[in-house]
Amino acid sequence: MKEKAVLEMKNIHKSFPGVKALQAVDFTLCEGEIHALMGENGAGKSTLIKVLTGVYGKDEGQIFLKGHDKEAVIKSPQDAQRLGISTVYQEITLCPNLSVAENMYIGRTKGAVQNWKKMNADADKILKSLDIPAKAGQQLSSCSIAIQQMVAIARAVDMDCKVLILDEPTSSLDEQEVQKLFGLMRDLRSRGVGIIFVTHFLEQVYEVCDKITVLRDGQLVGEYEIKELPRVKLVAKMLGKELDDMAEIRDAELEYKEDTSVPVLEAQGLVSDAGIKPFDFYIKKGEVNGFTGLLGSGRSECVRAIFGADKLTGGTIKKDGKPVKINKPLDAMKNGIAYLPEDRKMDGIVGDLSVRDNIILAAQVLKGFFKPFTKAEANKFADEYIRLLDIKTASADTPIKSLSGGNQQKVILARWLLTHPEYLILDEPTRGIDVGTKVDIQKLVLELASKGMSITFISSETDEMLRTCSRLIVMRDRKVVGELSGEDLTQNKIMGTIAGGEKE
Amino acid sequence: MQNNVKNKSKISEVLGRLAGQQIFIPIAALLLLAIFNLIMDPSFYTVTLGHNNAGDPVLSGYLITILDYGSELAILAIGMTLVTAATGGQDISVGAAIAISGSVILRVLCGTDSRPDTLQAPIIVAFLISCVVAMLFGAFNGALVAYFKIQPMVATLILFTAGRSIAAWINNNELPIVSDKTFTYFGGFIPGIPIPTPFFIAAACMIVTALVLKFTNLRLYTQAVGINESSSRLNGLNPQFIKFLTFVILGLCVAVAGLIKVSRLSSINYSVIAKDIEMDAILAVALGGNALSGGKFNMTASILGAYVIQFLTTTLYKFNVQSDALSAYKAVVVILLVVLSAPIVREKCSALWKKIKGTHAKEVA
Amino acid sequence: MAASKKSSETNKGLRGRLNNMTNTNLLLLITIIVFFAMYIAAIVFQGKGFLKPQTFLNILNANAALIIASCGMSIVMITGGIDISVGGVAALVSMCCAVYLDHHDGSVFGAIVIAVAIGLAFGLVQGFLVAYLDIQPFIVSVAGMFFARGMTTIVNTNPFNVVNEAFVKLKTTRVVVPGLGSVNKLGKYVDAYVEIGVVVAILLVIVLFCVLRWTKLGRNFYAVGGNKQSALMLGINVKRTKFLAHLLCSLLAGIGGFVYFMHVGSGSASHASGMEMNAIASSIIGGTMLSGGVGNIAGTLFGVLALSTIQNIVASAGLDQAWWTGITVAAMLCLFLLIQSVVIARRKKA
Repeated sequence: MKEKAVLEMKNIHKSFPGVKALQAVDFTLCEGEIHALMGENGAGKSTLIKVLTGVYGKDEGQIFLKGHDKEAVIKSPQDAQRLGISTVYQEITLCPNLSVAENMYIGRTKGAVQNWKKMNADADKILKSLDIPAKAGQQLSSCSIAIQQMVAIARAVDMDCKVLILDEPTSSLDEQEVQKLFGLMRDLRSRGVGIIFVTHFLEQVYEVCDKITVLRDGQLVGEYEIKELPRVKLVAKMLGKELDDMAEIRDAELEYKEDTSVPVLEAQGLVSDAGIKPFDFYIKKGEVNGFTGLLGSGRSECVRAIFGADKLTGGTIKKDGKPVKINKPLDAMKNGIAYLPEDRKMDGIVGDLSVRDNIILAAQVLKGFFKPFTKAEANKFADEYIRLLDIKTASADTPIKSLSGGNQQKVILARWLLTHPEYLILDEPTRGIDVGTKVDIQKLVLELASKGMSITFISSETDEMLRTCSRLIVMRDRKVVGELSGEDLTQNKIMGTIAGGEKE
Repeated sequence: MQNNVKNKSKISEVLGRLAGQQIFIPIAALLLLAIFNLIMDPSFYTVTLGHNNAGDPVLSGYLITILDYGSELAILAIGMTLVTAATGGQDISVGAAIAISGSVILRVLCGTDSRPDTLQAPIIVAFLISCVVAMLFGAFNGALVAYFKIQPMVATLILFTAGRSIAAWINNNELPIVSDKTFTYFGGFIPGIPIPTPFFIAAACMIVTALVLKFTNLRLYTQAVGINESSSRLNGLNPQFIKFLTFVILGLCVAVAGLIKVSRLSSINYSVIAKDIEMDAILAVALGGNALSGGKFNMTASILGAYVIQFLTTTLYKFNVQSDALSAYKAVVVILLVVLSAPIVREKCSALWKKIKGTHAKEVA
Repeated sequence: MAASKKSSETNKGLRGRLNNMTNTNLLLLITIIVFFAMYIAAIVFQGKGFLKPQTFLNILNANAALIIASCGMSIVMITGGIDISVGGVAALVSMCCAVYLDHHDGSVFGAIVIAVAIGLAFGLVQGFLVAYLDIQPFIVSVAGMFFARGMTTIVNTNPFNVVNEAFVKLKTTRVVVPGLGSVNKLGKYVDAYVEIGVVVAILLVIVLFCVLRWTKLGRNFYAVGGNKQSALMLGINVKRTKFLAHLLCSLLAGIGGFVYFMHVGSGSASHASGMEMNAIASSIIGGTMLSGGVGNIAGTLFGVLALSTIQNIVASAGLDQAWWTGITVAAMLCLFLLIQSVVIARRKKA
């Protein structure tokens, strides 16, 4: 073990059925440092953390902790706690119905009877020393999310932890609260705690962190001192592109043309209850545009607002120049909008139903309750799209959940194509599926657009967007921060816009 | 010898395929019961043609009893299957709701006089009114579940408690008796037809259900909502309304079952009518191999399940088990079913099965 | 209750204080107000009968078993579960004890052991199925209820009165409550009394209140009900906690069954019918959330009292048909479920 290192993970492997989530990942954390763990979604950050905290078992590799000669055995969250590894998750993992003090002490006190006086006094002392504005006796749910997050940290700190993991703790905090949290982190750093910080916000990384470890596709890209890695380079590392080979030549056909016709869909000042800043949007006939930005930047929330999937709290939508009301997904569907959701498992597939039923579902809903497709029709549609999209399934009767991710995605795509939409929204259609299928989907997008369909394409992979979109809307921190088209559509330019201005 | 082995493997293949089908569960249970009765007492299967008090020809025998008394259960199983599929919960107020709808029928038929000589209203009017009332109570349950998001079983607990009291209140706690003969036809025999009428009513309900399932999207919608509510919403469905709708449909089933129940007696006993039938209805759905946590359903299997339950009840009666003690045996069946279908148990079993198969394959090799 | 709502709207300070109140305390407050409002209404509308201490004590006498069973129900509900089998278990206990005492000439002590054993047996099986096999508690306990009722008939079909001497002595023992006696019509001073069951119930309420409030196990119940996932992450053994909750509930149902048996002095399959409903209703009225994590034993006690007071009012208002009771209980249950639903929705918004 290196000197000063509090945690060393060596050669960690972890795979799930069909996916190699981690391959030979090394990670070292020194005492008194804040270490950012970066990577795109699916890069393996959370898997690595879950292995470290005992939520998952590892397939291979060793974990060493300071003060222990032997390899550390971590089989459950309790084991991790005992060894001084504390975690604060993105979602608050405290009990809202208990008091602040109880949340700090439950699950780790000895003896059957709780000494309330002492517990409250201790809790107050810690809260005070960390400058957290909460009282020990207060019910947790009456605190703001930020305070709850800090109580979780206070709990971790009091457990005398040597390693503190903060898994996207800032995603629900406002600027002031974030500053408070950073103050707390710096304070802990000066006490010699090693902190692993996972976040999607690049600015925050450059504000508090000392080191960055980048993961990509379950593999280690490298460990860097913060000074050695400017923002644009970091984005490049995360996306797996070297700056040099980013000057890709785009298809001439796709060049963005000035177009003065009425947009197929136009939105103004759209804002939903999912917490995005109001945005304007339009799309022309036969156009492919895209929302880009890091995960959590609000790109999905934008398209969800257009589709009526989140509750709209303001703004207007015009279809072919005429104002329309979209209160629920069915309204959008009736206006010829289709939406392939980001979370395939939660929002897309209906797991136990057959491939056929999954394909006809949306079209069927549009057609009406009393007009079911006949068996022959349903079979015809299913067979047609299974062939058209080359869906690999034993039969149309197979439950969709037994298909591979890529084929499930194709089924969802077929579902929406069957409704013959004028405007198709694809939110991460290529996530977690094999390369061949990715290419198929991109080709299909271009083909559909050439036939006059308007398409919004969202992907975490910039080169996919470059290959398909003629106009990109860039988002950062839930705000539209730029729009790129024509000559500006290059990797460098996109990354520059995503990263935003460097802070001095 | 070799041929024999081949045959065996073919049979096991067919059996294996059959075992994979959902409907296998109720069929297997039915066969088990049938064989048990055949061994214990083959006279179980005798059906005789006799005459009832009015001199009309009637069939009698245990099998006829099963067909007769299984009818209400089969009708209820239809609605219960839909509720289960859409909400992942069950309605435990059906027994109480039957008491209410039965009480309404009698109230309309008898008017204010509890023992009138003539009917105060046509039977069809009484039935239609009871349908509306039962559907309203179904709507009450449905609203609590769908819009107030109370767990189905707790929401229906309210009607479960109050239902029989409401039924008594409707008739001012009197016990009206219908003297008109035609009213007995629904729960008994139509003169000249030796097969009990409830069987025809149940058959009619099944046909209607089959037609509804064929000519509407009820099946697709309820299944989609039951499996993935969020995804259903994004596909333009209104999950809350569909849950609500299933409870209203169950209300309709309750009204039909209520008609049969009161027709059998030409009267009503508020605390005994359709007692424990909610248990049987839930059991029928479970025995049909439908997941009690919602999602895909097989209506045929549920209905078959209902008759299997009646088969079990009749068999227990035949062996002189008291009606009040029946529930103990059935509870054991329920527990066995839910334990066997629990995901954790299934996982363990399939792991064990793989292990056995693995060692077997090795041995063969 | 309407008045308190109104004043909270006009008075911002009070409203703020109400908003800061924990869910447990707010619901408890509502319950206590409801109880006193009802009792005062009873005194006003039903005459002076309700002013006599013995009237109140009789409510306790008649509902001691329900209080015990409701405490168990509250505990299970706090962990996010439910138990429908308590009434069935109570009936089974009454019948088994009756048969043991009269047909087998058993001792009272033996009967108590039987009651506890039956409760534990149900708790072990149901708790195991719910906690370790992850089966819905509702299905498990509905089956438990039917099993218990069926078994009661199998043990003995016909209801009968117990004549065992030692038992009858215990049953008729009256614990005098000093200072609450009153002078009857003949001018004679009559002591106010409660039955032994009430003493047991009060003791259990105190013990359970302390357990839930101050012990690790009690707080674990709340944590598991509040957020199962979080509780796991905080290092609590969620499965064992759930198991213990169901075990405790059935055990209390067994004890409650014996107290019920002491009150009525007979065994019957139809005993304690609807007790599960009353227990659930009392718990909900007492401020226990169906969704888990919120609840209070003191609230449950007041829930039982509120429920039985309204039943008494209904009965003495001349609506003594049994069916009014069922409708009232259901209406109260429905009302409080809706109040909970609204409270939760409003808090979420704030």
